[in-house]
Amino acid sequence: MIIPPSSPHIAGPNSVQTVMLMVLLALLPGTMSGIYQFGWPALFLFLITSASAVAFEATCLKIAGKPVSFFCMDLSALVTGWLLAMTLPPWAPWWIGVLGSFCAIVIGKHVFGGLGQNLFNPAMLARTILLVSFPLEMTTWIAPRPFGTPQSLDVSAGWSITANGIPNLDAVSSASVLGHVRTEIGMGHQLPDILVSMYDPVASAVGSISGSLGETSAVLFLLGGLFLMAKKIISWHIPVALLGSVAVLAAIFHLIDPLRYGDPLFHLLSGGLMLGAFFIATDPVTSPVSSMGKIVFGAGCGLLLFIIRNWGGYPEGMAFAVLLMNAATPLIDHYIKPRIYGHEGSAIGRYFRQLKRG
Amino acid sequence: MAGFPIRGGVHPEERKLTSDITIMRVPTPGRLILPLKQHIGAPAKPCRVPGEIVYKGALVARGQGNVSAHIHAPCSGYVEDIIDWPAPHPSGLPTKAMVVINDGREIREDVSVPVNPFYLRPEVIAERVAQSGVVGLGGATFPAAVKLTLGQSHRTPVLIINGCECEPYLTCDDRLMQERTQDVMGGISILAQALNGPETIIAIEENKPEAIRLMHKAAEKFGNIRVMPVPTRYPMGSEKQLIEFITGRQVPAGKLSADIGVMLHNIATAYAVNRAVREGKPLTTRIVTVAGEAIVRPGNYEIPLGMLISDLLEFCGLKEDPARIVMGGPMMGQAIPHAGIPVTKGCNGVLAMSAAEVARRVEHPCIRCGTCVDACPMGLSPLTMARLLMRDKLDAAVDIGLKDCILCGSCSFACPSGIPLAHYFNYGKGELVSRAQQKQKDDEIKRLILGRQVRMERQEKEREEAMARRKAEIAARKAAQAAAEQADKPMEVA
Repeated sequence: MIIPPSSPHIAGPNSVQTVMLMVLLALLPGTMSGIYQFGWPALFLFLITSASAVAFEATCLKIAGKPVSFFCMDLSALVTGWLLAMTLPPWAPWWIGVLGSFCAIVIGKHVFGGLGQNLFNPAMLARTILLVSFPLEMTTWIAPRPFGTPQSLDVSAGWSITANGIPNLDAVSSASVLGHVRTEIGMGHQLPDILVSMYDPVASAVGSISGSLGETSAVLFLLGGLFLMAKKIISWHIPVALLGSVAVLAAIFHLIDPLRYGDPLFHLLSGGLMLGAFFIATDPVTSPVSSMGKIVFGAGCGLLLFIIRNWGGYPEGMAFAVLLMNAATPLIDHYIKPRIYGHEGSAIGRYFRQLKRG
Repeated sequence: MAGFPIRGGVHPEERKLTSDITIMRVPTPGRLILPLKQHIGAPAKPCRVPGEIVYKGALVARGQGNVSAHIHAPCSGYVEDIIDWPAPHPSGLPTKAMVVINDGREIREDVSVPVNPFYLRPEVIAERVAQSGVVGLGGATFPAAVKLTLGQSHRTPVLIINGCECEPYLTCDDRLMQERTQDVMGGISILAQALNGPETIIAIEENKPEAIRLMHKAAEKFGNIRVMPVPTRYPMGSEKQLIEFITGRQVPAGKLSADIGVMLHNIATAYAVNRAVREGKPLTTRIVTVAGEAIVRPGNYEIPLGMLISDLLEFCGLKEDPARIVMGGPMMGQAIPHAGIPVTKGCNGVLAMSAAEVARRVEHPCIRCGTCVDACPMGLSPLTMARLLMRDKLDAAVDIGLKDCILCGSCSFACPSGIPLAHYFNYGKGELVSRAQQKQKDDEIKRLILGRQVRMERQEKEREEAMARRKAEIAARKAAQAAAEQADKPMEVA
C-alpha cells in the first residue's frame, strides 16, 4: 500500500532556487555599476570567479556522489562566487578569482558537508584566506576608468591585465578611501585634512571611487537590499542592527574626537558596509535563526567592524567581523530562542512583557 | 476592539471558491458505514444487533467512559453488520464500524418535544447535547457535552465562538453563518446559557464579509454576544492562537483553556447544539466543503454521516483521477489512502486535488533561513526539532518543545527547502504516545510482578507460620501427652 503523504498538502511560493535568484537579481544593479566603473578586467574577473565557483561545486558534488545538476540548479554556488567577486580588487589576476572560488566552495562549503552545513560564510572565508596569503594582489586598488572614457581599456588590454597582471602598477593604483585614511592617520594627519582631498559622499554613494566591485556603489546595494526585504527574502533585523550599531558608534566617537573619527555617513558609505549588511551578514546558513538572535548578530558585526576599522590591523573589517560572528552563531542560537507559547520564558522576557502590559 | 497580536503564522492562497455556493443536501446512499469512533475518547459501544430495524435518528451506539459520544442512525432501515472497516486516518487501518442499510423510507424515531432552551438548567442543556452525540465539529471532535460540563465546573466568563475557518478551500462554516444565521445564533445563545451567560465573542476572519454582516445583525438582539472580525492569517482558528488574539492571554502549557476561564466552540458545533437542544435532533448529518481541481461540481454539501467518500465523489463528479484525496483542509487535513472511507463527524472538507494542485516539492538541504521559526505560531524552532528527530533524539526534541507543537503545518508550508517538518513532529508525537503506552504496559507488568512477589512472600510466610503453628501444636500435644503419661505414671506407681 502507498503510504499517503502527510499534511500540509500545499506549499508556500519560495524555494531555495527562487531565494537565490532573488539575491542575484538584487546584486545585479550594483554589480553592473561596478563593472562599468572598472572596465573589461573587472568583467573578466567577475565571470572567471563565478564560473569557477560553479565548476568547483559540480566537482565536489560529483566526488561526494550527490546529484550534480540538482544541486547546481539551486544557484547557491553561483551566489557564493558572485559575492566573492564583489569583494576582490577588480583588476586582480585570474588566479586570485579561481583560488578564491576554490577556498570558498571546497574549503568553506563542501568540507563542512555542503549546502547548509558550513559554519563560516564561504565568500568571506575565501576573501580572508586570499587577503592574508596575497596581501599585494588583494590590496591593489585602481581609480575608476568607466567604459567610454579615454582612460578605459579595450578588450585585449583588459584581458591581458586579467591574464598577466597589471604591467605598470604605480601608474594606475589608487588607494581606497578607508586605506588612505588609515595610512594618513597613522602618519599623524588629522581626519578633516585627509578627507578634503579624498572623500566625496556623493562619489561614495554612486560608486565612482576606487575599491572592490562591492565597495563602490553604496546606494545601489542599499536598494538591492531593500528589494530583498520587500520580497521577504531577508528580514530587517541583521541589516538594521548592523548599520544602526555602526552609525551609533560612529556618532559617539565623532562627537568625542572629530579630528580622528569619521562621522556616521562617512562610515556608512565607505567600504563594503552596504554589501556586507544586506548580502553577506544575512547569509541564512551562517547567521542565527531567531529574530532576536539576528539583532544580536548584526549588532555584533557592527561593533567588530567599527573596532577593526578604527583600531585594528586592516582598513576594512567586514570579512573579519562576519567570520567572528559566524563562529558565535551556534552559541547565539543556543541561548536566544523565541519564547514558547504558554511557557514562562526567561526572567528578562517576563520583565519586558510586564513593562509592555504596564 | 482590536485584538492582541499573535506570533508567526502564514498566509496561504485562500482558494475559497465555494463561498458563494448554497448548501445542498446529498441524497442518502443505500449503505452507510458508521465508524464507532468518530470522536476523541473511547469508541462507542453498539446497542443494536445485526438485523435489527432502526429508524432515522435512533441511537445505535452508546458512548462509554467519561470522554465519548453517542452515534445515531442517519437513515431508517436496518443494521446489516458490525465489521472492520478502514478508518478515516492516513494508515487506513481497520476499526469497528456499523453498516446500516437505508430503506429510503425516512421514518423518524420519535423525537423529544421541542423545548425552549432558555427554561433549561445548564446541566440539562449539557445532558441534551450529550444525548444527541454532538462533538466539536471544527475537526477536534472533542465531545461537546464533556466540554460544557467542564466549563460549568470552572468559572467561565468568556465564550469564544470560532468562525475563523482559517484553512484554505473550506467554506462550510461560512455558508452556515450566511444561510442559517438564526439557527447558528440560536446555538450560540444556548451555549452561552449552558455556561451561565458568559461574555460571548464570535470570531470571524475578515475574508468573510457577508458572514460578518449577517452575524453582526443577528447578534444585535443579544446583549452579551458580539462579532469580532479577526485578521485572515493561518492558523488564527487554532484554539490557543484565537484565545490569545481575543483575550491577550496564553493558555499555560499543559493546561486547558477552561483553566483560564475561556471556552471555545465551533460554528458548526453551535448549529448542531441548536438542533439538539431545541428540536431534540441527534447529529446525523454535517456540512462538508467538497473542493479541489479534480471535482466537477465543487460546493458545500449536507452529507449523512457514514456516506463513503467514493459515493460522495461520484455525486459531485470527478474530472480526473485525483492525485490526492484529503479529508479536512489542505493545511492539517489527512490524506486518505483510498476513497472507500466514510464521512465522519469531524470531517469538514473533502478535497480531491489534481497533480498540479498538490505541493510536490523535491526536498533540499536546510539552509537555516529561519523561515520556519518566524512562521511557527507557538514560538518553537522547527528546524532544530526536526534535526533532532531525524537522529531519533526524542527526549532532546521534547526538551525544546515537541509537546507544544500544534501540528498546524505552517513551518512545512513556509520552508523554502521543502522539508516536511510537520511530518517529523507528527512522527515524534506518535512515538511519544507509543512510548507512553509502552511505559504504562511496563508499569502494569512491574506492578503485577511486584504483586506476585508480595503474594509469594506472604504465602511463604503464611506457610512457615502454619508450619510453626503445627510444630508448636505437635510439640504441645506431645508435651501434653508426656505430661499425661507422667501424670499416669505416678498413678501406675501408686
